[in-house]
Amino acid sequence: MVAGQSTRATGRPWRDARTLKLAVIGTLAGLFSGLFGVGGGTVIVPLLVLWLAYEERMATATSLAAIALIAAFAAAVQGLYGNVRVSDAALVGVPAVGGVIVGAWLAERVPGRAIALMFAAVLLASAVELVLR
Amino acid sequence: MIGAIAIGLVGGVVAGLLGVGGGVLFVPGLVFFVGLDQHHAEATSLLAIVPVAVVGTLRNDRYGAVCRSDALVLGLLSVAGAAGGVALANVLSGSALRDAFAAFMVLVAAQLVRRVLREERPRAGPPSAPGGQTAENVQPRFPLPRRMT
Repeated sequence: MVAGQSTRATGRPWRDARTLKLAVIGTLAGLFSGLFGVGGGTVIVPLLVLWLAYEERMATATSLAAIALIAAFAAAVQGLYGNVRVSDAALVGVPAVGGVIVGAWLAERVPGRAIALMFAAVLLASAVELVLR
Repeated sequence: MIGAIAIGLVGGVVAGLLGVGGGVLFVPGLVFFVGLDQHHAEATSLLAIVPVAVVGTLRNDRYGAVCRSDALVLGLLSVAGAAGGVALANVLSGSALRDAFAAFMVLVAAQLVRRVLREERPRAGPPSAPGGQTAENVQPRFPLPRRMT
């Protein structure tokens, strides 16, 4: 923390501009998250890179930290609508934690491009399947 | 039940591997393999994401890769958007929401492909080491955290 905190907007225009940008990114991410049941990294990462000159890896890590809060808020609101299946969420979410650790380990050992393209193909196929359902 | 666990494992591995959130897999997985409708799948996915994001963040933070102040501001200022997004999801019919989600999946796929194409552009760096590993994807290459407050 630095001095001058109580004097908002005096001689630090960048600070308010930065907060405004973060507010816009957070709001957009929240909308995506709430609407689609995802974290919102799809919007956060590119915007942090584009607007706040983040490097990709730091953008991804900061985005994930924000997602912890965003997904919790959105899940709480969905809970009010009675839509959350807590037991299914635990069955998915707890093994996923182990999966992420394995995935991060693998990321340094396997060619990411081929996997990214395969995953993109899986996403497209699932999208078609969803629409045709 | 096995379906849900498999979705979690696969979604988690992909998230760790590609940095693309588990949610985009959790939702269709919950629809296809657990039989939830689109609204329940999305709501359940949100809760499933929380432990993944928390544990991932604890790990990332140890490497200094998280700008904590920005993450906190982003997260806290997302409340209105998140509430609005959930409200919007709940006024849409299941089929409209499903189609919108399918469009979202196409967007994520396009983003991935674009990232691959960008990384494939040849650069002046050293050639790949045997086994397809480059020095670049082994080394952490983030700059110092910019703590601005």
